[in-house]
Amino acid sequence: MSLLSLEGVEVVREGRTILSLPRLEVREKEVLAVVGPTGAGKSTLLRVLHFLDRPEAGVLEWRGERVPWPAPLAIRRRISMTFQDPLLLSGTTYDNVFYGLHLRGHNGHDARERVMAALRLFHVEHLADQRARTLSGGEAQRTALARAVVLSPELLLLDEPFAALDAPIRKHLLEELKQAVRARGISCVYVTHEQSEAFSIADRIAVLRRGRLLQAGTPEEVLLRPLSRAVARFMQTGNILPGVVSSRTEALSEVRVGPCLLFSRTALAEGTPVDACIRREEILVEAPGEASPAPGLNRFRGTVEAVVDLGSTMQVRIDAGFAGLPAPGPHHAPRRARPLAEAWRRGPRDVLGGLRPPHSPRRKRNR
Amino acid sequence: MTGLLSSLSELLPMPGELAGILLLSLFVSGVAILVSMLVGVPAGIFLGLHRFPGRGFLVTLVNTGMGLPPVVVGLFVFLLLARSGPLGGLDLLYTPWAMVLAQVVIATPLVVGITLAAIQGLDARLHLQILSLGASTGQLYWKLVKEARLSLVAALAAGFGSIISEVGAVMMVGGNIKGQTRVMTTAIVLQTRQGEFANAIVLGTILLALALGINWLFTWVQQRQKA
Repeated sequence: MSLLSLEGVEVVREGRTILSLPRLEVREKEVLAVVGPTGAGKSTLLRVLHFLDRPEAGVLEWRGERVPWPAPLAIRRRISMTFQDPLLLSGTTYDNVFYGLHLRGHNGHDARERVMAALRLFHVEHLADQRARTLSGGEAQRTALARAVVLSPELLLLDEPFAALDAPIRKHLLEELKQAVRARGISCVYVTHEQSEAFSIADRIAVLRRGRLLQAGTPEEVLLRPLSRAVARFMQTGNILPGVVSSRTEALSEVRVGPCLLFSRTALAEGTPVDACIRREEILVEAPGEASPAPGLNRFRGTVEAVVDLGSTMQVRIDAGFAGLPAPGPHHAPRRARPLAEAWRRGPRDVLGGLRPPHSPRRKRNR
Repeated sequence: MTGLLSSLSELLPMPGELAGILLLSLFVSGVAILVSMLVGVPAGIFLGLHRFPGRGFLVTLVNTGMGLPPVVVGLFVFLLLARSGPLGGLDLLYTPWAMVLAQVVIATPLVVGITLAAIQGLDARLHLQILSLGASTGQLYWKLVKEARLSLVAALAAGFGSIISEVGAVMMVGGNIKGQTRVMTTAIVLQTRQGEFANAIVLGTILLALALGINWLFTWVQQRQKA
């Protein structure tokens, strides 16, 4: 069921449209990750969802009922939000977490218990009496999360809450947040430009670019079946190869990419121009002398052009007669290019998952 | 120094009059700064938070008002309260309330201007964060007052300092009537005009001590909060 939905929302600032959403909904008890590059309109979207920014056009519905502007305080109080910076108020850590409850008139023993429980949840209970503005970045961010979660909101809006933190702390906090949200059944909109964060927390992902919704779907849909080249790029597909459907059978579409033929299960009419999207991790590189697995489609011979050492893995660029394809090298690969050269092929999945017609009506509908 | 002491001893036999002048000064400026804060702080917060057509003009007005010549204020308040003026019927001219009104006009732009600067000095997203925690408009304004309280104490000190030491406007609208509208500054002017320089110096010293004491109190409150 839809908790909060937007319809025909347009936000214009200084003559420039910064958000234009025909439709987007946040479902009950789901985590919707909103991803996109800087300037995509992600933060504006959150402010609109929290009724802090008034859109120039459009309708917002809370549980199916249209919300007037200004939004009633009762509805705003069912939502809480954290910003990219913790934005802690003066006073102690405890004061900060208590403030939202105080605004709602909860001042008794029960409120104190709730504050302490929230502080414990994010492991900052020992900092309760410390002045909030003296906390470290990680502590401040935990306090900001506790301050938002203590209100038991029906919808939690998080604007890149861990952007300023180091990777290990970020990963740890993300896990804590995920558990807290799931355990309480809170709906959540999580804005990030980190693809990995989105995938680790989201039930659905919405991709925004220049204020427009490019695609919304399950992580698998967005990852494996991008509806536009921009989504494919943002999902770090790695290989986006323009081609044409040259023929099709009942089960497979044959796509001509340069001199090569690729095979896909995506059903498309003959002559349709497409982008074949091949994720790096789906490519298997094999030297000519190695034992071959079971035979299959989508195998190409090529030459290694470059090898980039990424530490735990290696990235190999191969010219297979069309565009060079970066592929992850095997862990045991020697650090020189030559032994890897001369042959490569896709597998073990023989058929491409991502294939999209660049000018299909479906794509236009979703833009 | 001898002159000062003899002057003081001359004044001491009439402590009632001196106390009256002192209390009236404090009353007029105290009420004026209270009204200025009550009007100026919300106005400064509003200007700091909202963008609307004509805001730039209003900010320019406030900035101009911060340097308003007290004599000009006195003139306009005089014309406003004069028998033939729009508020002549209230019969306020040459009363302490006329002096309060003049001082409110002088202090309010200062309070608005310093509050505006204080609000703009806070993180622009802080008010969104406060709203996102469920604050109503009133709760938001109150929280912002608390967050910007150090600067607001400065507004209080600047506003009070400007009106307790002001003479032109209160002279014009109050008239310096003995026992009714005579305050410290107008008393100093009178003593100087009469050639009673020693008395004027004593009154000036008391006024300076008063200003110093009050500002010390404001500073103490401000620094205590900072700590």
